Amino acid sequence: MSDSILECRSLVKYFPGCLALNSVNLSVPKGRIVGLLGPNGSGKSTLIKLANGLLTPSSGQILINGMEPGIETKKIVSYLPERTYLNDWMSVRTMIDFFGDFYQNFNKSKAYDMLQRLHINPVDRLKTMSKGTKEKVQLILVMSREAELYILDEPIGGVDPATRDYILDTIISNYSENATVLLSTHLITDVEKILDEVIFINMGNIVLTSTVDEIREKEGKSVDALFREVFKC
Amino acid sequence: MAWDLKSDRPIYAQLVEQIQLMVVSGIYAAGSKLPSVRDMAAEAAVNPNTMQRALSQLEGDGLLYSQRTSGRYVTEDVQKIMQIKNNLAADLIQDFLEKMNRLGFDREQTIDLLNHVTKEEG
Repeated sequence: MSDSILECRSLVKYFPGCLALNSVNLSVPKGRIVGLLGPNGSGKSTLIKLANGLLTPSSGQILINGMEPGIETKKIVSYLPERTYLNDWMSVRTMIDFFGDFYQNFNKSKAYDMLQRLHINPVDRLKTMSKGTKEKVQLILVMSREAELYILDEPIGGVDPATRDYILDTIISNYSENATVLLSTHLITDVEKILDEVIFINMGNIVLTSTVDEIREKEGKSVDALFREVFKC
Repeated sequence: MAWDLKSDRPIYAQLVEQIQLMVVSGIYAAGSKLPSVRDMAAEAAVNPNTMQRALSQLEGDGLLYSQRTSGRYVTEDVQKIMQIKNNLAADLIQDFLEKMNRLGFDREQTIDLLNHVTKEEG
């Protein structure tokens, strides 16, 4: 149990008229960077929201480090939701103070460091920023926590390729050996080099879990190419 | 040096090849210290665990060695490096000969052509 940071046991999530997750069994080991990949509406965000306690399972269990999602797990999980929840009127500096007050493991100097690298002025208010810059700020806040599990829902969707590289670089160099990163994305080509493992999910079922190199060895093609084949419309 | 990774082959195998190339071409000289796994991974934009796997294999092959406290080094055994250099060269030549063969040149014709071209260049 102590080897996996996230575990699902027969996890079911049922919405009226829609089975979002169909008895998912899954174990994400510590110290890995894992990609959660699937087409639109496959259940990625549902799984992520369950892991963060924003939804509750219809049946089955989801455990973070052996605990059900709650106050204790929120201390060790740093979560980037698909939509921003930050207040528009706040400046970046206020937000950093806010996060610093809120989370014990928030590292302010790391946050300021990253802001500088991405040329974001800490006194700027969020509402004056472009969509991409807002996403950068949010990711900086999330990655500045020294967490055990980072859950990133579409972290690179709205940013330009150069920033994408910087963000991936940040993910590689910031995560410690014991930390795990679970990220969902459609931009597979961009992320596959930094992933240890991939999880393919479709219509609420896990259809494949494998390492990136295993896929390339067995199939002789990239994860992106395999994805296009498995999920061909 | 830029890392050039193709998308259809295992990443770690490509890392192994490229590090070999860096060692034989002297970018990492015999006996020199390598950057940390994390730095190398960041530079190549790959997962640190994958880089670790590549480095472990090169250690197993004897091209690199670890010192428990101070890090990872290139072997001081110049002969070993030469041997890998020769292997890489043999692979390249084999590949070249096969391609020439597909173009319809046999071995002798290929060598003639090679002599001709290198003379022109010189």
